[in-house]
Amino acid sequence: MLTLVSPVPTPWHRLPAGVKLAALCLFALVLFRVREPWTMATALALVAAAYLPGGRVFALHGLRLMRLLIPFVVIVGLWHLWTGDTAKGAVIVMRLIAAIAAANLVTMTTRLSDIVAVIERLASPLARIGLKPRVIALAVALVIRFIPVTGERVARLREAWAARSARPAGWRVALPAVLGAIDDADHVADALRARGGAG
Amino acid sequence: MEKNLAYVALFAALIAVLTVVPAITLPSGVPITAQTLGVMLCGTVLGSRLGGLAALLYVMLGLIGLPILAGGSGGFGVLAGPSAGFLIGFPVAAFVTGLIVEKWRVRIGVSAFVAAVVGGIAALYAFGIPGISINAGIPMDKAALAVTPFLAGDMLKAALAALITQGLAKARPEALLSRA
Repeated sequence: MLTLVSPVPTPWHRLPAGVKLAALCLFALVLFRVREPWTMATALALVAAAYLPGGRVFALHGLRLMRLLIPFVVIVGLWHLWTGDTAKGAVIVMRLIAAIAAANLVTMTTRLSDIVAVIERLASPLARIGLKPRVIALAVALVIRFIPVTGERVARLREAWAARSARPAGWRVALPAVLGAIDDADHVADALRARGGAG
Repeated sequence: MEKNLAYVALFAALIAVLTVVPAITLPSGVPITAQTLGVMLCGTVLGSRLGGLAALLYVMLGLIGLPILAGGSGGFGVLAGPSAGFLIGFPVAAFVTGLIVEKWRVRIGVSAFVAAVVGGIAALYAFGIPGISINAGIPMDKAALAVTPFLAGDMLKAALAALITQGLAKARPEALLSRA
C-alpha cells in the first residue's frame, strides 16, 4: 500500500534509477531558469507527452496525483490576476505543474529499493564522518516498517477508547500511542543487538 | 547505537503517521494535520542531534517518493510546491527544539513547551514563509499572512508536545534521550 509506483509497465521503468534522478534534477534546474511563458508551456507539453507511452490508465493515474495542486494553482492564479502580472503567474503555475509532473513520473516508474540503492551509493562518502551507508539503508527499512505498525497501534487505541466512551478519543490516545511505539523501538533495538548490531 | 537507530527510525515514522492521519480540514480546504507535533516531539524527546536526524530521515523518504508528505504526496516535485520551505525547515526545527530542551534544564514540561514554540513554530516559519514567497511569487508579508491561520493550532500542538514529553519523562525516563 505504501507506494506510488505504477504497476502499468512503461519504457521509463527500464531506465536506471540514477539516470532518471539525475535527469530530473537537471530538468528542475532548467525550469527555474525559464522566465518566458511560451518556453514554459513547451516544457509542460514535453512532460505531458512523456506520460503518453504508459497508455490511458497510466496517464489518468498521473493526473490524479496532480489533484493536490488545485488549491495552490487557484490561489497563485488569482493573486497574479489581481496584481495584473499574468505572464509571471502563468510561468509560476506552469513551472509548478511541470516540475511536479516530472517528479511524479520518476516516482511512478522507479522501485523504492532502486532509489534507496542510489542514496546508499551517494551517501558512501559520509562513511568517513561515521554515517555508514548500511546504517542509512537499515534506518530507511525500519521507517517503512514502523509506519504501518504505528498507524495500526493508534487505530487500535482509538477503538479501545470508543468501546468505553461516547466521546471521541482525540488527543487522549497520543501519550499511550507514543509509549507503546517507544516499547516497540526498544524491542527492535534489542533484536538488532542480538543479531550482531547495526554497525 | 542500536537504540539510537531504532528511535530515529521510529520518530521519522511517527511524523509520517501524524501527517497522514487526518485531523481537521479548514473551510478553505487546507488540511490541519498533526505533522508539526511529530517534528516537535522529535526535538523534545530525542534531543538536537538525533531529533534533527529523525526529521531529516522523514523528509528524505518523502522526497524519494514515499507518499508520506502532507496530503499523501511524495517525490521531489514538492520542492517546487508551496510547502518546500517547511520541509527544509523540519530538521532545523527539530534540532533547535532539541537544543533548547537539552540546554535549559528547568522542569521538562516547561522547557519542552518553550522549545516547541521556538523550534517548532518560530524556526519552522522562518523557513516556511520564504518558501511560500519564492515558490508562489507572492511577497513575503502576504506569505506570512497566509500562514497565520495555522498559528493557533501550532500553539496547541506545542502544548500537546510538552504534555506528551512530560508524561514520557514520568513513564519511560530512560527513553527521554534529550535529557539523558
